[in-house]
Amino acid sequence: MSQPFDIETRLRAALAPIEPPDELAVRMEAKLGTLVELAADELETWELSAMRDPRNWARAAVRPAAAVIVGAGAGVGLVVLRTRRRRHRRRAQAHGVFDLAERTVRDVAREALRVFEEAAPKR
Amino acid sequence: MATDAERAEQAAAKARLDDHFSALYRAHLRDVYSYSYYRVGNHHDAEDLTEQTFLQAYRHFERAEQESEGRPLRPWLIRIAHNLAANYYRDRARRPQTAIDDADMLASAHTTEGLVQDRDDLKRILECVQRLPDDRREALIMRFALGMDNREIARALGRTDGATKVLLHRAIRQLEELVKTAEGGG
Repeated sequence: MSQPFDIETRLRAALAPIEPPDELAVRMEAKLGTLVELAADELETWELSAMRDPRNWARAAVRPAAAVIVGAGAGVGLVVLRTRRRRHRRRAQAHGVFDLAERTVRDVAREALRVFEEAAPKR
Repeated sequence: MATDAERAEQAAAKARLDDHFSALYRAHLRDVYSYSYYRVGNHHDAEDLTEQTFLQAYRHFERAEQESEGRPLRPWLIRIAHNLAANYYRDRARRPQTAIDDADMLASAHTTEGLVQDRDDLKRILECVQRLPDDRREALIMRFALGMDNREIARALGRTDGATKVLLHRAIRQLEELVKTAEGGG
């Protein structure tokens, strides 16, 4: 062979993975959040119609449990997504592993609070 | 009509499903975006394609999870992106020539990450990739941008493992020829 021609190495360099822009993550999160809200609305509609029937009153305790499960599942997903989105900034700002861990925990707590505040019924 | 207990069970199952979907989204956002970007060649359309891929995946996720029998869902996700990209070209009646326009920018982004190839070399390779037939180009994107193995690529493209191995081999050989020609002529 007259000269090295490692096409696979060059191809791997040329087709390096592309990081998605942050705005995309924000938009995706909003759309997925909307889908989760629609599912929650569907559950709520069912609850209101079911409560008109007195035979369902005694079994009412089951339903909030179901709603909590749905809400918690969706909420956890959003908290994780939002917290993950800020990981690059956290890494850049952190002074060592322990600081990074502390910042991550603070972010999770702040996002959890935000998600549950947003999920609270507006009066 | 479903009983309260059944509805509660359905709600719990839905929450579990959403949780699994969140995990899938987090694990493969970059894969879908990279695939989309190399297919359409610009950020704007790549974002749209990525978004549409995940929304479509969400709609069919339950069935996909049941039918996957524990196998990874990445090939399924990439197959959705592949089909959407095909529609994108069909609807807009255009070929992925935009990737060539963006080759400069891409090469620039890569070199800032410390990769060994210089910009001109990366640009030349990307331009040659764009000149490959669609199926060969896609197979290379899946292998080299996403790191998929033969079996995953086969599932994403709806081919046998053997046919995929041949496809990849021919794609690499053809690319090699194109690059040699481009370098000889340049």
